[in-house]
Amino acid sequence: MAGGKEMRAIYAETLIKLAEKDERIVVLEADLMKSTGTNIFRERFPHRAFNVGVAEANMIGLAAGLSASGKIPFPATFGCFAARRTFDQFFISANYARLNVKLTGTDPGITAALNGGTHMPFEDTGLMRCIPGLTVFEPSDGVSLAGLLEQGAYHPGCTYMRLHRKEVPVIYPAGETFELGKAKVLMEGSDLSIIACGSVCLQESLRAADTLRKEGITVRLLDMHTVKPADREAVIACAADTGAILTVENHQVIGGLGSAVAEILVENRPVPMKRVGIRDEFGEVGTQEYLAERFGLTAENILRQARELLKKK
Amino acid sequence: MEADLLEDLKRKANHIRRQTILAIGRLGVGHIGGCMSIVEILVLLYYRHMHIDPKNPKMPDRDRLVLSKGHGGPTLYSILADRGFFPETWLDTLNVGGTSLPSHCDMNRTPGIDMTTGSLGQGLSAAVGMALANRLDGIDRKVYALLGDGDNNEGQTWEAAMTAVQYSLSNLIAFTDYNKMQIDGNIADIMNTEDLCEKWRSFGWRVFRVDGHDLQQLDEAVAGARSEKSRPSMIICDTVKGKGAFFCEGQVGSHNMAFDLETAREAVRRLKEAD
Repeated sequence: MAGGKEMRAIYAETLIKLAEKDERIVVLEADLMKSTGTNIFRERFPHRAFNVGVAEANMIGLAAGLSASGKIPFPATFGCFAARRTFDQFFISANYARLNVKLTGTDPGITAALNGGTHMPFEDTGLMRCIPGLTVFEPSDGVSLAGLLEQGAYHPGCTYMRLHRKEVPVIYPAGETFELGKAKVLMEGSDLSIIACGSVCLQESLRAADTLRKEGITVRLLDMHTVKPADREAVIACAADTGAILTVENHQVIGGLGSAVAEILVENRPVPMKRVGIRDEFGEVGTQEYLAERFGLTAENILRQARELLKKK
Repeated sequence: MEADLLEDLKRKANHIRRQTILAIGRLGVGHIGGCMSIVEILVLLYYRHMHIDPKNPKMPDRDRLVLSKGHGGPTLYSILADRGFFPETWLDTLNVGGTSLPSHCDMNRTPGIDMTTGSLGQGLSAAVGMALANRLDGIDRKVYALLGDGDNNEGQTWEAAMTAVQYSLSNLIAFTDYNKMQIDGNIADIMNTEDLCEKWRSFGWRVFRVDGHDLQQLDEAVAGARSEKSRPSMIICDTVKGKGAFFCEGQVGSHNMAFDLETAREAVRRLKEAD
């Protein structure tokens, strides 16, 4: 069920569509215009696309200055650089300054694949969640990307989006609408809730939930596309209605989706919970399939963890 | 510059020094050294060159200033108060909890502050972004950036320096407050940025070098930079850290130092005498 289009193409086309209606939209890149796909934006709006070379920190500073002058800047780079290399610039010049910088970090987690451990952000969401007021989200297919990107553009304040650049399977029908901070229910069930985000984790979670259903165990599956602010009501409802929650993330279990859900549960309605994700390890090189096995981001591991979790109910 | 105007600006610089020393003195501690070395640069900009409106600080069609050495805020606050952006009584609240005048510049708290700064090295990039925005919007105004020696230590400054030339930002005019001291000592002993003129020139900037306390020299450099058509300008200003504050002038320890109100008042008395 391929979408037929790479996510980066949808990213660039959505920005072009927004830019046609709004002259404040500008794009910034740090020598990854081809990787991010925004070279088509530059062809359409040559004066509104700025390539700063390999200087990510400077790119965020430029974006902050453009925003201070009323623009809506969309800088993008690999997630490892977007989060780690520009953290102080994004923190101070963009967020602390209450500006309006829409940062995208591409190739989240294991999707960095053959670029290896240096390029594999397992911590970007965790870092970003610590920035006061920042909205952090990760679309799971082209429809949610287009919807959430437009929402983010007009959301007051900075945003950080994790973007899987490649083609991913379709989850949502065309025209589906999204609201930042409001999770989507992909499957209904009463025995267990699985809360995941991003294409990799949602696809594996869908497979795992299908298998469980054949065994008579029904799962409520949430696409928690916005990790900050996470959908508090939806998490509490999962706890109340299903009594057990499994989170699945292409990220460290420290600081990411699992932490966000655990924080809501422990203060509101504690229930048995497990987290599938990277267990305090660095990334490494390999195909995405190899890495999914290596770090347990597979339907098989989700099933194992779900079964153990169900025993605790 | 006409002799009368020059005289007025000199007196203004003296007044701003006094106000700034008092504001920090009331608190008992602050970045006095770097506040004193930038007085003439900012006085020249805010009383002679910048197109700004104290009644409309966010006017889109304005000249902007990014004080990259954000710890120089107190000097800029004295100027903004004097120009009428906010009441002079605000100067008594410097760094007091809940103040609108924090140690480092904050565009959301202080009318007339164009960019939030405080983490050295970030200001020039923001100024480049503003200069690009002016070009996109067809706004024929200047963006000024004031850097300290610490900013020139930071790699990001040089990333921004390349970008400004790549985009031919002749609407960007930067200054280095070249007092040649940083927190831990003289730059020659810590991180020497010499030959600073040659560095900026080799990055493609038009470079001026002036006595940063000589308003006439500063004015001629700004006029030259404003007439530049194809590249950004860097005005390297030889300055003295703590200039005009007898208790710390030329002292490395003046970056962030404690002094009492009595000392401040004595400094003000001496400055008045010299006025």
